[in-house]
Amino acid sequence: MELLFALTIGVLTSSGVYLLLRARTFPVVVGLTLLSYAVNLFLFSTGRLATGGQPIIGSTASYSDPLPQALVLTAIVIGFAMTAFVVVLSLRNLADNDDDHVDGHQGEDNETQLTREKEVTGK
Amino acid sequence: MNHWLTAPILIPLLGGILQVFMGYAPISLRRTIAIATTVLLLVSTIVLLVLASDDGYRLYAFGNWQPPFGIVLVLDRLAALMLILTAILALFCHLFAIGGADEGNRQFHALFLFQLMGLNIAFLTGDLFNLFVAFEVLLIASYGLLMHGGGTARTVPGLHYVVLNLIGSAVFLISVGMIYSVTGTLNMADLAVKIPRIQGESLNLVKAGGMMLLVVFALKAALIPLCFWLPKAYAKATAPVAALFAVMTKVGIYAILRVYLLVFGDDAGELANLGMDWLFPLALITLTMGVIGALGADNLKTLVAWQVIISVGTLLAPIALGSEAGISAALFYLLSTTWTVAGLFLVAELVANQRGTAGDRIITAPKMRNRTFLSVLFLIGAVAAAGLPPLSGFFAKLLILKSTTPGPEMAWLWSVILIGSFFTVIAYSRAGSIVFWRTVEGHIEKPEPLGGNVSVAAGALVALSVIIVALAGPISDYTDATAAQLFNPDGYLQILEAPVVSEDK
Repeated sequence: MELLFALTIGVLTSSGVYLLLRARTFPVVVGLTLLSYAVNLFLFSTGRLATGGQPIIGSTASYSDPLPQALVLTAIVIGFAMTAFVVVLSLRNLADNDDDHVDGHQGEDNETQLTREKEVTGK
Repeated sequence: MNHWLTAPILIPLLGGILQVFMGYAPISLRRTIAIATTVLLLVSTIVLLVLASDDGYRLYAFGNWQPPFGIVLVLDRLAALMLILTAILALFCHLFAIGGADEGNRQFHALFLFQLMGLNIAFLTGDLFNLFVAFEVLLIASYGLLMHGGGTARTVPGLHYVVLNLIGSAVFLISVGMIYSVTGTLNMADLAVKIPRIQGESLNLVKAGGMMLLVVFALKAALIPLCFWLPKAYAKATAPVAALFAVMTKVGIYAILRVYLLVFGDDAGELANLGMDWLFPLALITLTMGVIGALGADNLKTLVAWQVIISVGTLLAPIALGSEAGISAALFYLLSTTWTVAGLFLVAELVANQRGTAGDRIITAPKMRNRTFLSVLFLIGAVAAAGLPPLSGFFAKLLILKSTTPGPEMAWLWSVILIGSFFTVIAYSRAGSIVFWRTVEGHIEKPEPLGGNVSVAAGALVALSVIIVALAGPISDYTDATAAQLFNPDGYLQILEAPVVSEDK
């Protein structure tokens, strides 16, 4: 179980980091989401992995640490709110700049952009 | 248990909630209530400052949970100092904001007050995870404030700021998890007790966690190489927001001071002074980078934004060296630089409003209105920021230079700070002489007259650098005592034994 858990976190983190480094806001947002999933799972594992354990002392023979569960809950709520915000902000960026590049444009100045547009539209 | 400790959190919280529900009330009513909240906050922080100045620790345990099991608020001299620094800054920023910058967004005052609440939680909390929550509270408010005023210019820097800070939050959580998995606690006092006892394999886990925590705090503090988001974001923000953000980088510095002196301090066994050998060269490079940026700035706000980075470098260098005198000097500089930089942001905005289409760009333009008043404000701010006598920046930098002990570090610190200050003076004199003196013939559309509120706010923040000099004795006594308290963490550890629930209940 440990190996599977570790692999899951590793795959989520590496995909998240890869997507974060992309130039478009949509992959960046997805990357942030994946990263926050990985972080939540990681936090969950800090109380040690156990199956069938309850977070209340005395209810079962083996009990699990309740604190990481509380931390994960907090982190999920905060992460969810932040993702919602960054989605809205990315949409705003798309609307403002007509481009969902993270820098608002592709790194070319306006003139080349205009020339290209002329070429495309034939104006 | 001391219930006063919740006041700096509850006052902006309740005030902010009130503002949320009165978004459609007349703006004069909203402004009056908002500024009253900030004044009330200032009063409460003065009470806390008086409480803290007896060298004791005040504790507030939420829900009466015995620490380390519950979340605690801890008040000591450092926390009180940061609270009053923020409250005074916030009052003048707020005063500037009600001069007209708060129009266009009904929730400006709510966001502003929530931002203050987040800052105050961060300064008071004694729990690492609660510090994360405080960071998130102040960040989500700052995202809103950064966008305030609209305009496409703010979208891209805002997006960068948000994404970077979200990554920072993820790293924060990972490092908190790593530390928790070994120590089983996140209470800072309890961590300080448990970390010296760690041995064997777990040591590296905590070490990795501690270093990642330093990365997060460095991102908040805008240490190189994590500082390049700052100039664009701050230069594009509305003036009172940018001025309030002068304290945001100081939250990172506060967190470094708090966590690394208490948890990874001299008593931390094998993990003593973790990361501080990295911090010193990085701080000096940050300082250099800030100076280069200031020299290359093409408008006043960008220049001041780079000044924020210069002050981060100047602050972290003596903190990394970790001498008591150095920390005291850094705290003195912290007071001086935060208010001065904020004042300069406000002055830059006033200048931009008087210059028509030239705005705050450093170019020749027709002669502006109210030139004498604004140029004097800019002069005082620039002199204080660059560290020329007779203003507070000079005394602060002098204290920092004096605090070093002879050795290679001293040579590096002295040369970088002194040469850096010299080039900062060049940057300010270039900007000031072009903006204020080199005028051309031309016509400016009649600008709006200088409002009373905005002039008072900008003037007062800049004038604080004179007041700091006048009160230099008491202030440096206080910072000396703060540094002494930080270097003697035994008192902080005693909050673990503090009786929370009385026996007879």
